[in-house]
Amino acid sequence: MTKPPFWRDQRFWYIAGQLIAVFVVAIVVTILLSNLSRNLQQLGLQFGFDFLNQQASFDIGETVVSYQPSDTYSRALWVGLVNSLRIAITGIILTTIVGVFAGVARLSDNWLVRNIALIYVEIFRNTPLLLQLLFWYFAVFLTFPKTENKISIWGLVGFSQNGIQLPWFTLSPEFSTLLLGLTLYTGAFITEIVRGGIQSVSRGQWEAARSLGLKPVLIMRLVIFPQALRVIIPPLTSQYLNLTKNSSLAIAVGYPDLYFVASTTFNQTGKAVEVMLLLTLTYLILSLTISLVMNWFNRTVQIKER
Amino acid sequence: MTKQLIWLRKNLFSTWYNSILTVICLVLLFWVVRGLLIWATTQAQWAVIQVNLRLFLVGRYPQNEYWRIWIVLAIASILGAITAGVFLGTQRLTRRIVSIFAVIFGLLIIVFPVDLISRLWLFLIAALLIPGYWLGAKLTKLVSPWLSLIWLLSFPVILWLIGGGFGLQSVSSNLWNGLLLTLLMAAVSIVLSFPIGILLALGRTSNLPVIRWFSIFYIEIIRGVPLIGILFLAQVMLPLFLSSDVRLDRVLRAIAGLVLFSAAYMAENIRGGLQNVSRGQVEAAKALGLNTPFLVILIVLPQALRAVIPAIVGQFIGLFKDTSLLSLVGLVELTGIARSILAQPQFIGRYPEVYLFIGLIYWVFCYSMSLASRRLERQLNNN
Repeated sequence: MTKPPFWRDQRFWYIAGQLIAVFVVAIVVTILLSNLSRNLQQLGLQFGFDFLNQQASFDIGETVVSYQPSDTYSRALWVGLVNSLRIAITGIILTTIVGVFAGVARLSDNWLVRNIALIYVEIFRNTPLLLQLLFWYFAVFLTFPKTENKISIWGLVGFSQNGIQLPWFTLSPEFSTLLLGLTLYTGAFITEIVRGGIQSVSRGQWEAARSLGLKPVLIMRLVIFPQALRVIIPPLTSQYLNLTKNSSLAIAVGYPDLYFVASTTFNQTGKAVEVMLLLTLTYLILSLTISLVMNWFNRTVQIKER
Repeated sequence: MTKQLIWLRKNLFSTWYNSILTVICLVLLFWVVRGLLIWATTQAQWAVIQVNLRLFLVGRYPQNEYWRIWIVLAIASILGAITAGVFLGTQRLTRRIVSIFAVIFGLLIIVFPVDLISRLWLFLIAALLIPGYWLGAKLTKLVSPWLSLIWLLSFPVILWLIGGGFGLQSVSSNLWNGLLLTLLMAAVSIVLSFPIGILLALGRTSNLPVIRWFSIFYIEIIRGVPLIGILFLAQVMLPLFLSSDVRLDRVLRAIAGLVLFSAAYMAENIRGGLQNVSRGQVEAAKALGLNTPFLVILIVLPQALRAVIPAIVGQFIGLFKDTSLLSLVGLVELTGIARSILAQPQFIGRYPEVYLFIGLIYWVFCYSMSLASRRLERQLNNN
């Protein structure tokens, strides 16, 4: 019996395929990097993170932690990150409330409630988030009256050009726009996820709960929702990730989030590669954290099998 | 009791809290609709739309080359009609849909403030839709295997018609604006990201660890970063990574960014399809003696791709919406042209009108695509 030629051998391709892949990637990366270093040299730029310790000398409109233009770029980026976290965390909380609320409304036995929820979903899901943000900012918030004659709802919430006034603090128009836009946009997607999750619970569970004499609200809270969560959480996680990433659209309305500060930093220093690396790394860490937390949460609601 | 009363009783006033909800909703609806109507009829100045309609649709594309855009629209419409015929031809409901479309088209032709030539073109295209649909429905068996190929081949033709060259006067990509650019960017990006997505998905499910890790690395990095960051990367950093004698214009760089981005998501969609192909299929093909490339191309991919068509349509909708971000990196697509129209001194502050109008355009496209995708899903499930 003759030995088959070596290119017929799976073991050969197992090694060769990987070697070829490494080789191709290595060549491409080398070419790109050599181009990069040549181009940077031509531009007179040097790779390095020293700029982080230089004075930022630009102002940031809205800060939670203290910041002055005389602070360093690293401090400015930190301020941006805190602002991003602020919008992401409040956004995730609010959008969950909106999504669950509208998701339950989508299945209401009241025709009007059901269809209003449907209209909400179809409008907000099928238009770009950026457009919604621009609309809220330019067509809504900036057309509100001046602070002196703000629109007040029972003296609790006030709407004016300076943003939303709550009894104990004020939200800037930029923050309000971003929060409102992200919440309503992501909420529309979460609505459908929640609806799908609730519908995935078998009808028998409803009937069993009803025959025990539970009220509808309790059926939802004690029987249906815990089971629906198993279906809901994985897609919900990716919506949280989307919300966090989409918060970078803050730049369109001028809310100083991480991306906003990073792009100002780039404009002033020209350090495109370094800024981009930092930005990528930070967003990756953010995404990873959300994924980890949600995966842990997911494990706690799954059916425990022995 | 009449039928309507029974319906009202059952759907709106079944319990006391449902009655309260109904009343609250009615008050809210009344308040919103009244406000909107008052605004739209008394305060809004729709002249900004009327005057700039051309800008919204095709931007600064040279006027004496408009016929090329019309031909592009005609090609896309006929192909669309044929495709619809192939997929929906067997269904009954179509007559109602056709009449709805006819009404919408008629309204468009009559209501839209366009000149006579445009109206004639619109009418011609509308007339072409019917034989296209009929062709698709009658010759389903003959046409359907070639459908994707025809679409793919129409693509360079459309690009040539828009861009010119080879006998046509060339039109710089700076002049492709408005809705035209939005549609073009979305279509080009999804088509180009498709093969890359397939490769990445195969890479991620490969049993060669090095290739698998490269794919995972790429996919997860891209999916972890916001699109605006990737577009920025493409606009600012791509030239840095390329040799200095390669000059890409703004549109090409934006396409590169969108493709880099979209391919990672496409890969995840296709991976879902690959996992959907049962092991038995692979084993059967192996038993027939097919080697890996044939196994993948002939057996696995056709089944995998079929399963993820709805997901891909979903991604296309997402990408279509995401093209609005291009306005942030200096492209003049639909959102970009809206910004430049709002900068005209006579239309300062007309934000609600302009944003509602382009919002409507986006909405019509996205909603009809999601309807189509839902239908397609049902169709694929039935088969």
